[in-house]
Amino acid sequence: MMSADPENEILLRGGRVLDPASGLDAPADVSIEGARISRVGPNLTSADARIIDASGCWVAPGFVDLHTHLREPGQEYKEDIRTGGRSAVAGGFTSIACMANTQPVNDDPATTDFILDRARQGSPARVYPVAAATRGLEGKVMTEMSALMAAGAVAFSDDGRTIMDSGVMRLVLEYSRLVEAPVMTHAEDRRLVAGGVVNEGEVSTRLGLPGNPAIAEVTLVERDLMLAEFTGAHLHVAHVSTRGAVERIRAARDRGVHVTAEVAPHHLALTDERLLDYDTNAKVAPPLRSEDDRIACRAGLADGTLDAIATDHAPHAQHEKELDFVEAPPGMIGFETALAVVLDMVREGEISPLELIRRLTINPARILRLEAGCLAEGSLADVVVIDPSRKWHYDPAKGYSKSQNSPWAGSDLEGRVLHTLVGGVPVFDAERGVLI
Amino acid sequence: MTSQQSARPPGSGTGEKASERSAPDAGGGSQQVARPLLDSTDINRSLMRIAHEIIERSEDPENLYLVAVPNGGIPLARQLAANLAQVAGVDVPVGVLDTTLYRDDLISTGSRPALRTTEMPSAVDGCVVLLVDDVVKTGRTIRAAMDALMDFGRPRAVQVVGLVDRGHRELPIKLDYVGKNVPTQVGEEVRLRSAGEGDSERLEVVVLPPPPDPGAGEGSK
Amino acid sequence: MIGRDLLGIEDLDREDIVRILDTAEHMVEIGEREVKKVPTLRGRTVVNLFFEASTRTRASFEIAGKRLSADVINFTPSASSLKKSESILDTARTLDAMDPDAVVVRHSVAGVPRRIADVLGAPVINAGDGAHEHPTQALLDALTVRQQKGRVEGLTVTIIGDILHSRVARSNIYAFRKLGAEVRLAAPPPMIPAGVECLGVKAYTSLREALDGADVVMALRIQNERLGGAYVPSIREYSATFGLDRAKLDFAKDDVIVMHPGPVNRGVELSHDLADHRPSVILDQVRNGVALRMAVLYLFAGRATTPGSREVAGGAG
Repeated sequence: MMSADPENEILLRGGRVLDPASGLDAPADVSIEGARISRVGPNLTSADARIIDASGCWVAPGFVDLHTHLREPGQEYKEDIRTGGRSAVAGGFTSIACMANTQPVNDDPATTDFILDRARQGSPARVYPVAAATRGLEGKVMTEMSALMAAGAVAFSDDGRTIMDSGVMRLVLEYSRLVEAPVMTHAEDRRLVAGGVVNEGEVSTRLGLPGNPAIAEVTLVERDLMLAEFTGAHLHVAHVSTRGAVERIRAARDRGVHVTAEVAPHHLALTDERLLDYDTNAKVAPPLRSEDDRIACRAGLADGTLDAIATDHAPHAQHEKELDFVEAPPGMIGFETALAVVLDMVREGEISPLELIRRLTINPARILRLEAGCLAEGSLADVVVIDPSRKWHYDPAKGYSKSQNSPWAGSDLEGRVLHTLVGGVPVFDAERGVLI
Repeated sequence: MTSQQSARPPGSGTGEKASERSAPDAGGGSQQVARPLLDSTDINRSLMRIAHEIIERSEDPENLYLVAVPNGGIPLARQLAANLAQVAGVDVPVGVLDTTLYRDDLISTGSRPALRTTEMPSAVDGCVVLLVDDVVKTGRTIRAAMDALMDFGRPRAVQVVGLVDRGHRELPIKLDYVGKNVPTQVGEEVRLRSAGEGDSERLEVVVLPPPPDPGAGEGSK
Repeated sequence: MIGRDLLGIEDLDREDIVRILDTAEHMVEIGEREVKKVPTLRGRTVVNLFFEASTRTRASFEIAGKRLSADVINFTPSASSLKKSESILDTARTLDAMDPDAVVVRHSVAGVPRRIADVLGAPVINAGDGAHEHPTQALLDALTVRQQKGRVEGLTVTIIGDILHSRVARSNIYAFRKLGAEVRLAAPPPMIPAGVECLGVKAYTSLREALDGADVVMALRIQNERLGGAYVPSIREYSATFGLDRAKLDFAKDDVIVMHPGPVNRGVELSHDLADHRPSVILDQVRNGVALRMAVLYLFAGRATTPGSREVAGGAG
């Protein structure tokens, strides 16, 4: 995180405070002194505090994103750590974990150092590198997890690729117990995916595009759950997209497997029908699934099977998305639309505001063992002010990411972040934009 | 080229077919007041007179070839063939030549009219071809028909038969045989159609007033 | 009402299809003339934009364009400069600056014609995209069936082979369903796409059941790379189970006709004698291909001359 001097005192006044870690959901004021929260309670006053009017709004911990791609080093034409961090805080994300599929791959402490150094120089959001689980993401040889942890890595993942060799996956999980960090699995059996680019089903049949069957995810999730159970390691399942995966994760947790899981906003909101116009901006891996899968993911998030919402923010340049549907790279940007998209579940009565905020804050923070995601007195003043019913028009060209590959480009959305503070420093407000 | 075709007295050409040339159909424009121009007796009398004129002017009636411009030209050409058989005992072949793909307004209007059947029963090389049309106005359809005809061979001569000549010529084309010259207004439509329901043999020619929205049609007769 | 582009049969309604077939019937006559050329598209430019090689379809469009007097330009990015990293939309924008009157697009990946149409001023005619659609092939097949049988409605059409990877199958399913035929599919299970019933067809793994009472049998070309272990164990196994010969045809109606989009793998999809003789109508299909594509060029080319004029042009005719 870029360092800036916190203001003396900031008072967030008149909002509905949602702090899932303590269960607080009540009208209250939040006072920040320096980088930390000093007081939370009704009718706080201060002689010389800067007042931020939060009336009609929710005041919540800054969001924690377990799963992002910041593209630096190596693909700075898509995104860099500074632009990614700016886009993050514009969407309310104050802590973001970035995946290792950079160029070079983050499989070496020097690369981890570089990423953290770049983050200190330019990112308004806190950046937490996820290091590769295997060298070069090749799925063969484990990375030096202890050294990477010492350099600042928070988890291990070959995200974007699957560790297809079950023997290697077993070793990775076993070894991760040494460093007590989660192993995040991108669960897609490549042989079952077999080049598929859209969910296999009626839509792939109508489109004439190669299908990626749900079973490709389910079998790998099941394998990794069994390996996690066998090894006792902490498995984190990234971007769950299928009913089968939700059900298997639920069953595994019930029998005591140490598993956590995340779901992306697009898998909660969209289905493969969105691809009927061949819009490559809606191409993503795992692919948008059926309506039944979407419903199951929403239910899984609501009942806690899926612990966290993670954006899988994956910027790609326009010329790359203008390739044919098979060649175009999968992925979509997601920081700035995530809140509005997932608030739909509150509007539909599927989840309470407090529980939704839990899955954006304290839950992902706990998975990565971060100091983040709560509003208790003394905790880091990473805070967002949200207007859940603010309507706005999304134009990615006016956003902060370098890329514009969003399926919501040109959409009218509801629910917006009005203020983001990181360590007591205002880094974004809806009027003036990103401030650092 | 024959002398008839190369001679271009002003105002003696032939006319244009609209794409919705509806020819012998009943009921089109039923909302409008149709002014009768020729009844079936007039038509039959004209066609018989034209048959006589054709024979008088033909050096070799065995060498004639009737080519109808659809749709209105078709019943007229058939009747002419029957008349020629009666008058001179000749068996004149009747062909049908759709001119749609030869029209000069397809690109500018962007319209894509339905195609009609072309049926040429024998070669036209060396024949005197009589192009038969019902109503001739701008001359553009006859121009298109002549172009189309040339794709079927090299006739010795081409002559034009029109039942009604409305004037308003836009190309230097004249009729060799004409049933009736009728001065009309540009916006009016002159139509050959069935005279009565259930009697497709009886034809009549009527004048229909300009349609309420003059921009709607893409050409009138 | 026929729109600006011809991207797939799925977008057409029955009346559109009938209109195209009727127009093609008249184009057949032009092909029988001594002078097989009409001036209709004189001064117009038709671009064949073939990202994927296809001698036959390209030649068919080229002849069709030339018979209508259009200037036909072949633009083959794969052979010239297109690398996999070149944006297809860039290629389309470049082409658009040359102001063509119609662009015929073939690509190995589904959806490319659709996305090109989004940025192109000229009408786009899909000449085959991946496993999505091949509308002119289906239309010429429908024309052939209508000529042979006098009708399409009420017929039973059986399509045999690699449905999963076949754009011909999808377009034919749409076309024959919209024209009122019953469509059956027969294939080894790995070659039947997921949820194909959503297209209004029934899939069979028994060729005999699929052929029972069929009026039309259409064998699809099997790509060599899909044989030999990928989707079926071997050519021999495929040929024995799904290859058509006269004995298997006994299950169909006596007056059944046999079709194939070509080129035929002789002895694989069709026995040698079936490929060449009645009841096969494969050469009629090829002949109709030119007439059908003339009809398509007549109905679509040159109608929209400026970008964004889609709606205006869509109202013509």
